Amino acid sequence: MTQLSEHAVPQDLDSSHLVEMLRQMMLIRRFEDKAAEMYARGRIAGFLHLYSGEEAIAVGAINALNDDDHLFTHYRDHGHALARGVDPGRIMAELFGRETGVSRGKGGSMHLFDVERSFMGGYAIVAGHLPLACGMAFANQRLGNGRIVLCVFGDGAVNEGEFHESLNLAAVWKLPVIFLCENNFYGMGTDIRRVSAVIEVYKRAEAYAMPSRQVDGMNVLEMFEATRRAATGVRAGEGPAFLEAITFRFRGHSMADPEFYRRKEETAHWRDLDPINSYRARLQQHGVIDNGTFEELEAGVEAVVNAAAEFAESSPHPGPQSLYEDIYAEEPR
Amino acid sequence: MAEIAYREALRQTMREALIADERVILMGEDVGAYGGSYAVTKGLLDEFGPDRIIDTPISESVIVGCGIGAAMGGLRPLIELMTINFSLLAFDQIVNNAAKLSYMSGGQISVPLIIRMAGGAGSQLAAQHSQSLEGWYAHIPGIKVAVPYSPRDARGLLRTALTEQNPVIIIEHTALYARKGEVPDGDYAIPFGEAEVIRQGSDVTLIGYSGSVFQALQAADLLTESGVEAEVLNLRTLRPLDVGTIVASVRRTNRAVVVEDDWKFGGFAGEISATIMEEAFDDLDAPVARVCGADVPIPYAKELEQAALPSAQQVADAALKLM
Repeated sequence: MTQLSEHAVPQDLDSSHLVEMLRQMMLIRRFEDKAAEMYARGRIAGFLHLYSGEEAIAVGAINALNDDDHLFTHYRDHGHALARGVDPGRIMAELFGRETGVSRGKGGSMHLFDVERSFMGGYAIVAGHLPLACGMAFANQRLGNGRIVLCVFGDGAVNEGEFHESLNLAAVWKLPVIFLCENNFYGMGTDIRRVSAVIEVYKRAEAYAMPSRQVDGMNVLEMFEATRRAATGVRAGEGPAFLEAITFRFRGHSMADPEFYRRKEETAHWRDLDPINSYRARLQQHGVIDNGTFEELEAGVEAVVNAAAEFAESSPHPGPQSLYEDIYAEEPR
Repeated sequence: MAEIAYREALRQTMREALIADERVILMGEDVGAYGGSYAVTKGLLDEFGPDRIIDTPISESVIVGCGIGAAMGGLRPLIELMTINFSLLAFDQIVNNAAKLSYMSGGQISVPLIIRMAGGAGSQLAAQHSQSLEGWYAHIPGIKVAVPYSPRDARGLLRTALTEQNPVIIIEHTALYARKGEVPDGDYAIPFGEAEVIRQGSDVTLIGYSGSVFQALQAADLLTESGVEAEVLNLRTLRPLDVGTIVASVRRTNRAVVVEDDWKFGGFAGEISATIMEEAFDDLDAPVARVCGADVPIPYAKELEQAALPSAQQVADAALKLM
């Protein structure tokens, strides 16, 4: 498989799949806008980390995998859950802290889980989920079930010890896991260039003897191709692979972030590279969609997100009995 | 019924589990070729091979995290963390992941994981290899903590842990590994949350777990010389804690001494003491006493180390003061 030229589209993908990826990116963007609105209206509390600007990564990578491949991700997790097909209404209900939420209102924005969809969760200790991804990959390897693991984390994770422990173990045991670093250049408010001895994250993975490359995280088709290629080797038993996706979040670290540490010009530069706009333009250029299709997609995601908010709003709050439920698993398996 | 050592009881039970269930794997530092730092896993590599008995890098966090992930993925991992002192490098995995995944996911995930580690002092290993931190783990909802005293406990509690759907931490005691005791054969298990009345008495209740049961039993012998009949409880698990047996005993004896290797300040003995106060205040004839490790890092020199650990004489003296 060769790398795509800047303006091409993959020949082996039918147009419905290409359009579906655009729809998913639009859904994530619209969902995050609605979440911000609901946060402002006091419906959502706690930390709310929005994925706006980074949509191409989740959509490109997750669409390149099988539906039963396992996903582990960090606390900026709405985009990954939506790309995996988790019900937007149940995600919004989780943000609202309702009983109908994916995690029964006990996890919130940072801890979405949908095990039926092999979405193994959002984790809020930086790099703390990388060892779990190794363990799941280890189980898959032992069970010989053909499933691989995608483990997503941010650039802030690469200076944690667990990053290095996990890459080393995955390489030594040839575990079927793809490590995907979403490098948006800021670990919360600290510029990676101020705190990392080596700022090209993919080079760190090379030290652990695994194939590693940098990818344009604002380009959904590049993400798709890079992940598809990585998955082929990983699934064939060649051991782990590493991808560094270069990206930028359009909003603050969380809703509580006044963004004193980033220059407006920097954000403006990246907004010009908006992954949705550029992908839309490419699809139009190739005649895959026209303005009418785009407007239909827009209306569609608007309806889905509004329905999600209505579902959340009308859902019951958890009852008091829920407090002491789920601490321990009861049923033998 | 055979008389075997504590470490042998653990090894036999793990071996049976490895035979009975393909999903069981054993991972840890030097569990394979070396045979285990405390020789608990000796011989298992030869019998089960490197796919089941797995030597890991010295990376405690990813060892435990990998165990959690493997448990989520359908295996039944047995992790050996060598000692409780090194478990601090995996504390985040145990506290933030193992203990919370069921709850945070609204019950979607269970983590049937066993983490064994050696605790306790007494071998002149100095401050970084001699801690008794089981109270820290007992503090955390979402995990269960077993603290076997006898070979019988070691087998019975491990067998229960192997049927659990939840993360279980088993804290063994370095001074007990070579001690022998009778262990029943066959389908024998000790349920969690059931303390053992290991010696009956009517005048005072001595409460211990793991290594401190030994001091409590010796103290009970000393007390008979003073005409005091002590009852001795072996807690066997700290979470769940068998409050019922503790309270029933104190209601009979009206006095209690809690014995623990760990530091007194903020330690688990305080939890037991407060529980007795809450549940049996009217039955107490004296305040609950605590005999714990000295409030210092464990020193190397033999006489200093011994001075830092609770002794049978201290326990007996504390009991006599309550009379």
